[in-house]
Amino acid sequence: MKIEANNVRVSYGSEQVLKGITMSIKKNTVTAFIGPSGCGKSTFLRCFNRMNDLIETCKVEGEIMIDESDIYHPKVNINELRKSVGMVFQKPNPFPKSIFENVAYGLRINGVTNKKYIEEKVEWAIKQAALWDEVKDKLKKSAFALSGGQQQRLCIARALAVEPSILLMDEPASALDPISTTKIEELIYNLKASYTIIIVTHNMQQATRTSDKTAFFYMGDLIEYDDTRTLFTNPKKQKTQNYITGRFG
Amino acid sequence: MNLLENELGDLKTELMEMTSMVKEQMEKTIKAFNTFDHQLAEEVVSNEKRVNGYELNIDSKCEHILALFSPVAIDLRFVLASIKMVSDLERIGDNAEGISSYIARFEKPFDKELLERLRFKEMTEAVLEMLDILVDSFEADNTKLVRTVFAKDDFLDEINFSANQVLAEYFRTCDDPEKITQAIYLLTMIRKFERTGDYITNIAEEIIFYVKAKVLKHKKNKA
Repeated sequence: MKIEANNVRVSYGSEQVLKGITMSIKKNTVTAFIGPSGCGKSTFLRCFNRMNDLIETCKVEGEIMIDESDIYHPKVNINELRKSVGMVFQKPNPFPKSIFENVAYGLRINGVTNKKYIEEKVEWAIKQAALWDEVKDKLKKSAFALSGGQQQRLCIARALAVEPSILLMDEPASALDPISTTKIEELIYNLKASYTIIIVTHNMQQATRTSDKTAFFYMGDLIEYDDTRTLFTNPKKQKTQNYITGRFG
Repeated sequence: MNLLENELGDLKTELMEMTSMVKEQMEKTIKAFNTFDHQLAEEVVSNEKRVNGYELNIDSKCEHILALFSPVAIDLRFVLASIKMVSDLERIGDNAEGISSYIARFEKPFDKELLERLRFKEMTEAVLEMLDILVDSFEADNTKLVRTVFAKDDFLDEINFSANQVLAEYFRTCDDPEKITQAIYLLTMIRKFERTGDYITNIAEEIIFYVKAKVLKHKKNKA
């Protein structure tokens, strides 16, 4: 297993938002987290790169193993962890820099200075993000000149440049038009060969199109976790059925 | 109730109406046969276009739901089942029309003794019972009830099989060309009743599929 979460409990102050989540995620798969707003899916996603550590009141208990190492062990280097667990957010958030520098950024802050290596890595990452043909002639232009869909793929390229093995995506296509969404989904499909991907989405069709496994969360509990095909054709739990068929509440 | 639930509710209502109409067509056919009522048989033939109309409407509704609502889970299973059920219902309607058109064609009533040997009454009663079960179980999504049609279908198969031997014997001894023609038509009718049983069985399987997510198609022990 690439990732193993055991009895993960998260609280913000006195409010418990995850109530003991246990699940395993295989290498080179796409896992979708679905559930209504406030169910804890994004909080759980942020546990895998310890983004929750940045929230003062947040307390994470339980165990998360990546490649059989406990990522909450006191000796873990958080920068190294975040290098191997990349993240892409809902809104594309390029830096106010050129297209090239956006992707080179991660390498530079990790101390890479070899110009040729950086150039090769930037080209590789942009190609991985299926953006190269669209930007190869304007790498020095501002990232803000790109469309929303291109900016999102640029952010994916930026995450890939430091060669993570896991990619976390928090609603990566929710702010994009249908064509850009399709490109991101195709990208997710193709990236699966090299990365383990977890995607939080409110878009059921996106979950069905892109993921191998789907986990349904509700009020801090993991209600059902199964092959996407099974979960969307024959869910075992009534709550899951009510949610995916739109009969919730 | 959300928009999809409304659409699915309308689809079920229309399928229920079609099932009831097909059942009525078969009831009239059997009554026309038993009473040798040409007028009733012709009414069945003329009503067939209404059955076809239901099929077109339901096909279109299913296409609309799939395209606009992307249903999943039980909703998706129901739409998929509906597409298959409507086709089987239409074929039952075709069989009722086919049998009625034979009834309308004959001027003399059928040979009662031969009908008895062919177990025609038992067969038609079983078909009507199966249709009754279908209507009730579909309305209530009752999979326990709908499973009872499988044994009745086996019963129809057995009558259909035994008809071959009865008619082979009949043809050997009968020298009246008109009676032989009638017997050939009776055999065709028996085949149509037997096929009707198969279609009802298919629909029962679809009801079990959408309610329980179980696939019984091509399985031997369904009951």
